[in-house]
Amino acid sequence: MSITDFLADLLNPDLAFLPKALAIAIMSSIVCGVVGCYVVLRGMAFIGDAVAHAVFPGIAVAFVLQGSLVLGGAVAGVATALLIAIFAQNRRVKEDSIIGVFLVGAFALGIVIISQAPGYAGSLQQFLFGSITGIPDRDLYVVGGAGLVILGLVLALHKEFVAVCLDREMSRAMGLPVFWLDIVLYVLVTLAVVISLQTIGTILVLALLITPAAAARLLTDRLGVMMLLAPMIGGTSATVGLYLSWSYDTPVGGTIVLVATTVFLTAWLLAPRHGLLTKRWRRASGQEPHDLTRPPPLPDLAHPQDPSPAVR
Amino acid sequence: MRALDIEGLDVDLGGRPVLRDIDLTLDRGQLVGLLGPNGAGKTTLLRAILALTRTRAGRVLVEGKPSRPGRSGIGYVPQRHEFTWDFPISVEQAAMSGRTGRMGLLRRPGVTDWRAVGDALDRVQLTELRRRPVGELSGGQRQRVLVARALALAPRILLLDEPFTGLDMPTQELLGQLFTSLAAEDHAVLMTTHDLVAAVDTCTRLVLLNGRIIADGHPADLQDAELWTRTFGVSETSPLLKLVRAT
Repeated sequence: MSITDFLADLLNPDLAFLPKALAIAIMSSIVCGVVGCYVVLRGMAFIGDAVAHAVFPGIAVAFVLQGSLVLGGAVAGVATALLIAIFAQNRRVKEDSIIGVFLVGAFALGIVIISQAPGYAGSLQQFLFGSITGIPDRDLYVVGGAGLVILGLVLALHKEFVAVCLDREMSRAMGLPVFWLDIVLYVLVTLAVVISLQTIGTILVLALLITPAAAARLLTDRLGVMMLLAPMIGGTSATVGLYLSWSYDTPVGGTIVLVATTVFLTAWLLAPRHGLLTKRWRRASGQEPHDLTRPPPLPDLAHPQDPSPAVR
Repeated sequence: MRALDIEGLDVDLGGRPVLRDIDLTLDRGQLVGLLGPNGAGKTTLLRAILALTRTRAGRVLVEGKPSRPGRSGIGYVPQRHEFTWDFPISVEQAAMSGRTGRMGLLRRPGVTDWRAVGDALDRVQLTELRRRPVGELSGGQRQRVLVARALALAPRILLLDEPFTGLDMPTQELLGQLFTSLAAEDHAVLMTTHDLVAAVDTCTRLVLLNGRIIADGHPADLQDAELWTRTFGVSETSPLLKLVRAT
């Protein structure tokens, strides 16, 4: 299918679900891309995975009660994130084991709950792998609103999140509320996951969180640039993925994730400074990023060049 | 007024006694080395000074007032491995992160903040490297970034945790000079180390710690072998004692 046909389908009133799906996919991948930067830099991918599974019982309850899936998922996800944060305070069992316990426990609970609903098999597949049909208009506003709140909180607390990512001990010494910042970050990750579940599904949502941010990390050494690149990569992957999925009748979640994975692999090979092939070419042509053959001159630290108010 | 005044401090960790009956004072202009083996409670003592750990008994006064995280004029330089060095951040941003607590919520760095960071980077002579990603720095440069981050708060007291560990001799010497001159510029500097040579060479006063304070004085006054065997739990024939006698 050509791009023009895809655009025509997007505008076709009989296919009203398609632009809705595209809007939700783009919004959620932008939010996931931004939040995912913290997830990637803090090495909390496993928490993202746990939360993605933990929303399942909430969605199952919402499904059984015919309520809002986004809301049900958010409640269950936030509850699990809080449980993990609280249980992780006990140092005897490491955080990754706690996450493992709650991840599988919550998912098991979801399976048991949803098995009580008649005709669950089809819906189960929808939860697991995502779907572009059957998104209510209400969800469009919920996702848009939640996305804005998440991005607003990231903007407001960015400096604090960075400090905690960099050095927890120092952050405590500065008097930052490290525990509460952790909780807020967990909740933001949960909400980003929940709003993405519709199109991508529980199993694949982790990719939206991790892959664009990881690709962006390969492309830059500057955090600000990374946090702009990641949502761009995510949004592009969502658009291209949905187009391919619509054209070739492939599952939408899987296709979006495969596009994002391709971007990641390309970055891994061709990133300007850290790409595998880029490094090899640079070595072959004899260019090094810094002159490593000459050691830098040792500074004279005993004598400040310019006595400044900071040290007087 | 004393920069630091610790009286009768007891600290337990996980129900076990780690520090007992610690009395220690520190004045501005002093560079004090805190020596002891692994598990002696060196880092715990620094954390108690920063009010990051619960104390069982005793009190810690910083410039006459009880210590509170983020409120006392203390610059803290934790061990290098506490910092996430692969984080995509430049040297000056890393130094600026030291002011996060002082800036307060919803504030962005202003002129005062950038000036303080600029001065701190000047002081450790990293100004030329200020835009370099921290991941590309050498061990000595990284240690200087951490010192600059602490100096960005213009503290009067500096606590350094194992600043020499894992660094080669020229770099140690360089940092030693930096700490000496910071003390000369009227900072109170307390650093933990288990590197005896660097400590004896740099510090004007040594505190030997192993759960309790075993000795406290000028390096020349700590020649008694028994103090060192008690602190480090080594035998009379240990190479450590040969080192003490040689210095």
